[in-house]
Amino acid sequence: MKQLTLICGAVLTLVFFAVAGMSFLWTPEPVDIVNIPARLQTPNLTNWLGTDHFGRDILSMLMVGARTSLAVAIVAVVIGMGLGVPLGLIAAANSGSWLDEVISRTNDLIFAFPSLVIAILITAISGPGAINAIIAIGIFNIPVFARLSRAAALPLWKREFIMAARVAGKSKARISGEHILPNIANLLIVQGTIQFSLGILAEAGLSYVGLGAQPPIPSWGRMLAESQTMITLAPHVAIIPGCAIVLTVLGLNLLGDGLRDRLDPKLRSTRT
Amino acid sequence: MTLIRNSFLASCLFASAAFAQQTDVTVAIQLEPPHLDPTSAAAGAIDSVLYTNVFEGLTKFTKTGAVVPALAKSWDVSEDGLTYTFHLNEGVTFHDGSAMDAEDVKFSLDRARAEDSTNAQKALFAQIAEVTVVDPVTVEITLSELNGNLPFNLAWGDAVIVAPESADTNTQTPVGTGPFAFDTWVQGDRIELVQFDAYWGEKPALTAATFKFISDPTAAFSATMAQDVDAFVGFPAPENIAIFEADPRFQVINGSTEGETILSTNNKMPPFDNVKVREAVAHAIDRQAIIDGAMFGQGTPIGTHFAPHNPDYMDFTASSAYDPELSKKLLAEAGFADGFTTTLKLPPPSYARRGGEIIAAQLRAVGIETEITNLEWAQWLEEVFRGKDYGLTIVSHTEPFDIGIYARPDYYFQYDNPEFQDLMAELTATTDPAKRSELLATAQETIAKDYVNGYLFQLGVATIADANLQGLWPDQPTQAVDLTGVSWK
Repeated sequence: MKQLTLICGAVLTLVFFAVAGMSFLWTPEPVDIVNIPARLQTPNLTNWLGTDHFGRDILSMLMVGARTSLAVAIVAVVIGMGLGVPLGLIAAANSGSWLDEVISRTNDLIFAFPSLVIAILITAISGPGAINAIIAIGIFNIPVFARLSRAAALPLWKREFIMAARVAGKSKARISGEHILPNIANLLIVQGTIQFSLGILAEAGLSYVGLGAQPPIPSWGRMLAESQTMITLAPHVAIIPGCAIVLTVLGLNLLGDGLRDRLDPKLRSTRT
Repeated sequence: MTLIRNSFLASCLFASAAFAQQTDVTVAIQLEPPHLDPTSAAAGAIDSVLYTNVFEGLTKFTKTGAVVPALAKSWDVSEDGLTYTFHLNEGVTFHDGSAMDAEDVKFSLDRARAEDSTNAQKALFAQIAEVTVVDPVTVEITLSELNGNLPFNLAWGDAVIVAPESADTNTQTPVGTGPFAFDTWVQGDRIELVQFDAYWGEKPALTAATFKFISDPTAAFSATMAQDVDAFVGFPAPENIAIFEADPRFQVINGSTEGETILSTNNKMPPFDNVKVREAVAHAIDRQAIIDGAMFGQGTPIGTHFAPHNPDYMDFTASSAYDPELSKKLLAEAGFADGFTTTLKLPPPSYARRGGEIIAAQLRAVGIETEITNLEWAQWLEEVFRGKDYGLTIVSHTEPFDIGIYARPDYYFQYDNPEFQDLMAELTATTDPAKRSELLATAQETIAKDYVNGYLFQLGVATIADANLQGLWPDQPTQAVDLTGVSWK
């Protein structure tokens, strides 16, 4: 059963990555050509998923849109991990000091804001666009990783092998990098998967309100927003990108759950 | 059995009697007015609710755009054309009970044209030198120079007559002379009007009216479908109109507006300062694709900045016909064989957002790359309209007869042509209809041949109404929802 979760998640995620990757090499039709006479066609042999209100092939739009979602979510997770994990490790290594206080309280401060609202604020100030969406989502990933790595690292500092390393004269930075980080990597991978799926949702949300990737770059959120008034006329135009978002986020969450079950030492020990 | 049948019949009778007695109406429009004083803001939504319903001017527009007497029952023009004498209707009262006389007319016009006036269309009153009260029902307007357009100008919503006592509070509680008096305004939802008992003219068939504001196209569709509103004027989702056409409960009225929808071009920003580049843009655009794709077929192609339903309209669509090859050739001649990149800033309406994506694809086909930015109205006014920081934008100019904006070099598309400015000055001073038509034809040709902007289409307006509602304006010669002629069948 647990294996099934992992497999389902992994398959859905792989499909998502494969589709996004393939869009670099091939799409059924170009996505920047407007062909009005062929608009709002239902799925057929030439256009497998039909066409949208500009006569663009929905499958091609989905493929390129997957790339947009993927790029935004990955970079946002990398930003979050790249800045958040070192901050968390520094805080844990200097636990109780003023540095720890500053880092932890700043985390609390950022956590106190609803993330999507602040993301909207950031993009509204700096202008809409994929880059600003990445920054906005990335900023909110920082405290998530900082908190997680601090919490996971703190108990490790009391363990014998860390004591031994300290007695051997290793600096705090080296211990954090060589001993702490490998021991919390499992947790970070699981959290990364979850944040990745949240990033995809956030990108879709920002695009839905018009603050994500700008046209003509396809984006799942904007495909949804643009098709909602046509839902009575051509339901597939809204349902298809909606399903794509649901399946991708579901897949990533299942993968995250499955990975946690396999990787988290605490869960593993309770089961055996 | 008989009893049952009788009571059934009776209930039928009551039902139909109750139906025939319906004298109120709920009309939805998309935008809510920011406040309720038509003499101090440009927002068209104010006129939509109040024009002719609550406020009246000396003259008014009919549903065809013709100018007819309103508060003034007639007027005379002096020999030299510089003095207009308006004869007012007698027995006109404001909704607060005070009488409307020549003093109120003088006050309203002087207030609108004053130095510190906040009127959005002060140019309408520019030629007025003096307003004199002859007697309580006669007003004399003296002009500083000839203006054959005066009765037309005075029909605008910006020229309605207000009372000195209520002029400052009209923004929240408007007091006019119209057949409907303002009742309540629930901000964010609706405005209610009731029939004014002491109205001077013919009483309307309706006794009460509610304006609802529904900006979201999806919500607009649901509210209209569920018959929460009796009519939706300016239905915002053209893609759904076919559904209403197929439904016998509704009637769909397709009309025209004064909205020339144009690809506004920043004439001072390189490379658009080169007429060859502007011509290339014009030939790169396939109007029909935009009308079909963005408006689902609602709209009439235009080739210049003039409404096609106007008798003086000239068709210049052929001089900017869709011809991508010619467009590429012109770009090459202008030194942009490899194309260039510019900005395309789009305000919220779907004609702009959808039209923008289609135009971007069409321009890309001839080598012009556009960076699309979607803006809210406030940002658009700030960046594009006032800041002139844009290459291209799409907007519908909904003011009637507004070709005069091309004579303003500081206007946001920054078209500076002294010849055109002289032409407009001459037009203002001309009263002879034949000569005016001739000048207007030249004006239309000048801006069409200068390719000042990309002329796309005349914005259509769709009204979806209950099948039993009659008398709504099909067209929008000025932004208004005139309820005076509306009734239930």
